[in-house]
Amino acid sequence: MASVGTVHSGNNVNLKSEQSVDTPQRFSLPPKPSVTADSSLRFKISGLKVSYGPKEVLHGIDINISSNVVTALIGPSGCGKSTFLRSLNRMTETVRTARVEGDILLDDENIADMDVVKLRRRVGMVFQRPNPFPKSIFDNVAYGLRINGHKGSLSESVEHSLRRAALWDEVKDQLHKSAYTLSGGQQQRLCIARALAVDPEVLLLDEPCSALDPVTTAKIEELLFQLKPSCTIVIVTHNMQQAARASDFTAFLLEGRLIEYQPTPKLFTTPADPRTEAYITGRFG
Amino acid sequence: MTRRSVTNVVMLTLTGACALLTVSVMFYILGYLAWHGASALSWNFFTKLPAPVNVPGGGMANAIVGSAKLLLLACCIGVPVGILAGIYLSEFAGHTIASVLRFTVDLLNGVPSIVIGIFAYTVIVLPMHTFSTLAGGFALGIMMIPISVRSTEEYLRAVPSSLREASLALGAARWATITRVVVPAAFRGILTGVMLALARVAGETAPLIFTAFGNNSWSHGWSQPTASLPFMIYTYAVSPYDDWHRQAWAAGLVLVTLVLLVNIVTRLALARKMPLSR
Repeated sequence: MASVGTVHSGNNVNLKSEQSVDTPQRFSLPPKPSVTADSSLRFKISGLKVSYGPKEVLHGIDINISSNVVTALIGPSGCGKSTFLRSLNRMTETVRTARVEGDILLDDENIADMDVVKLRRRVGMVFQRPNPFPKSIFDNVAYGLRINGHKGSLSESVEHSLRRAALWDEVKDQLHKSAYTLSGGQQQRLCIARALAVDPEVLLLDEPCSALDPVTTAKIEELLFQLKPSCTIVIVTHNMQQAARASDFTAFLLEGRLIEYQPTPKLFTTPADPRTEAYITGRFG
Repeated sequence: MTRRSVTNVVMLTLTGACALLTVSVMFYILGYLAWHGASALSWNFFTKLPAPVNVPGGGMANAIVGSAKLLLLACCIGVPVGILAGIYLSEFAGHTIASVLRFTVDLLNGVPSIVIGIFAYTVIVLPMHTFSTLAGGFALGIMMIPISVRSTEEYLRAVPSSLREASLALGAARWATITRVVVPAAFRGILTGVMLALARVAGETAPLIFTAFGNNSWSHGWSQPTASLPFMIYTYAVSPYDDWHRQAWAAGLVLVTLVLLVNIVTRLALARKMPLSR
């Protein structure tokens, strides 16, 4: 198990193997990944610092994110979870004053050197509040395909994406209605479908369920599980039950530092760091 | 009654009365125009050239066409420049540049229309040695710019940034995001702004006095002096002939009706075409 270990503020990730933890067989890949698309590590991040103006939000994060698993980021408000997530597809650049230092390698290629448009096509994102475009349901999903000069049948791809987002059956008869006629949960699944339409390798979700009711939340968690074989998922969540239920690995961030990064069952049952334990048992945050 | 409920009643009455006053001024003007102008309105008014003094009949066909040409030209200049500058202001400009630009645009908006007329006279009429539709349209176009810029900017800024982020995160470039998401989301508002700008300049007389000038006959092409409704209203209204006074009222009625019509048609077309806005 490469990349998983405990981290204490400022130190590098301890790359020791976690043989003791009962993880599924497919995660126990050789520690040295190949450069191919199915390499076990999708993101290798070292020394990531992000600041907005004079205020440094992330103080040097070292973390590796595995392919085709769900990685959850937890931590109290303002700990830098969202900033971390947004730096993975360079959405940090939409903030004028943001400055990013350190290396983020996506399949061993530094994302800072990549064309940002290509990067974002490979690394999709779903936001906290559903943000469908003021267009029809169909046009929302087709948007990414159209701007990418999609060749082939648009309607087939739209249907495929809506099916992947478990929304097809609810909307198939009203594809040309405004996306705003949908409920909040449906809108969020529409946003997931929209992100999936361009077939990203990585899907970043920034508290995707915080505005949704428990039933819809369960649907989206189920969805994440189904997407795992085809997509690497990184999810920021405030909800620790959600992290425990839906993720394979969990990273705990506190005040801009990575405190602990473990397979989810281990982090929630036997956390290595007392601060992690304090947080997950609800003593702060 | 308590003091609070008295205040409520008084303020409700006051605000309501002012709202009513605004509406009634509009209808009073319309009614007055119709009362005085309708009698001079006839098929001839729309199809005939102005008749000489003491010759009955005659119309303002050349002025109607002239105004239409002037406004078309004004839109060709004012709308693209205004909208693109508005996009720059809302989407690209940094804080300092934006505030300088905004201030300048507001200054331009405050420049008296007669000064805009002098400007057009200097840069177009003098070099061309003739009054022309071109010069008049240019002057009106410049007057449309600041109104279009500010309204475009306001409506673009009202588009939630979450929509921009959604588009960028899908790998859309910045310009694609603007043309495919941001502008469409604000389109109805931007068009309303353009309509307001058009209505504003449609009645401008001062900048036309030494640009388009006037013409008792047809104006061909773009480089001849042309008649226009506001200018006709002015000349006819200050004339000593009763017949001309009636024609001036009619011209006023036609001008207001045309502006109103353009407004209503655009709104209806938009309402039918874009049921998707929230």
